[in-house]
Amino acid sequence: MSRFSQSHPCNPIVPQQPSSPAASPPADHPARSNFREFRAGLLAVAPLLIGVAPFGMIYGALALSQGLSPAAALAMSTILFAGSAQFLFCQLFGAGAPALIVVAEVGLLNLRHALYSAALAPQIAHLPRRWKLALAYLLTDEAYAVIARREALGEAPGPHRHWFYLGAGLGLWGSWQLSTAVGVLLGARLPTDWPLDFALPLTFIAIVVPLIRNRTMLAVAAVSGIVALLMAGLPFKLGLLVAALAGMAIGWRLAGSIR
Amino acid sequence: MNVWLLIVLCGVVTFVIRLSFIAVEGKVIFPPGFRRLLTFAPVATLTALVIPDLLMPQGMLWLAWDNARLMAGLAAMVIAATTRSVLWTLVGGFVMLGVLS
Repeated sequence: MSRFSQSHPCNPIVPQQPSSPAASPPADHPARSNFREFRAGLLAVAPLLIGVAPFGMIYGALALSQGLSPAAALAMSTILFAGSAQFLFCQLFGAGAPALIVVAEVGLLNLRHALYSAALAPQIAHLPRRWKLALAYLLTDEAYAVIARREALGEAPGPHRHWFYLGAGLGLWGSWQLSTAVGVLLGARLPTDWPLDFALPLTFIAIVVPLIRNRTMLAVAAVSGIVALLMAGLPFKLGLLVAALAGMAIGWRLAGSIR
Repeated sequence: MNVWLLIVLCGVVTFVIRLSFIAVEGKVIFPPGFRRLLTFAPVATLTALVIPDLLMPQGMLWLAWDNARLMAGLAAMVIAATTRSVLWTLVGGFVMLGVLS
């Protein structure tokens, strides 16, 4: 198993040594390897575009329908760059939620990215600051899934792997901006009989289900799901907040009682 | 509040979360309980997002065979568990929804 897969969400994250370039196979021309890694990252995210494209389009249309200007809708895709949080933002904005609630719920929804950050951190600890800032900005569910999957497949992580991360991140970034723009352009003209919004639950099912590998994780999912249903009547989607916190609390409790 | 300010605020919060561990790697040691809590964040938040979407597509609990979203969602869960592929989960889920509705 590679170093990255050990720090998969389901496993406790162990402190790791930064990679040593000496451990990797002797590289050929560095620029070519960089390009090859970058291209491999781009290709790895290509299959995900079937989910990203409808997701982005429906976001663009939703943003306009909730009263955001086209400029604000597009800017949110570059500033926030987080599909589910952008959806939530639009729904809360449309419902006239107080700013504090919007920021709190977006923050909680995106808290999972801290886990991805923790998993990626040892891999890029040796890189200059501009790389860290760029890769942090590009860190999404999909990017993380692609990176973790590649490492889990046992491909030797080479000294140029940050170019793979960059390729995956930029591929997703570009397609998100593009599909958002299409959604904003088409807006209400998007055919309503296409269930594009189903891309959301499908994407998250694809991410969550493989993470449920033990009883604790199953309990977390069950509690979050049930509480979300029970609290669905709360205003401003506060049920999401309560359900996510309840799920995390039960997981923390169960994992703690085992140790 | 101005919508632009709100977008920037949410963007800053999100970026800080994404940068968190990357920025402090090797400098700060977090209590183990904190990392344990984070382990459950993806499953807890994303499940809370998905389940009402499948079971309450029209705002009310709809637990029946003819709820196409629920059935397609369940099919997608089976596909995700067996293939572990985002692509096949999406394709299978969309096809199921198309067939059922």
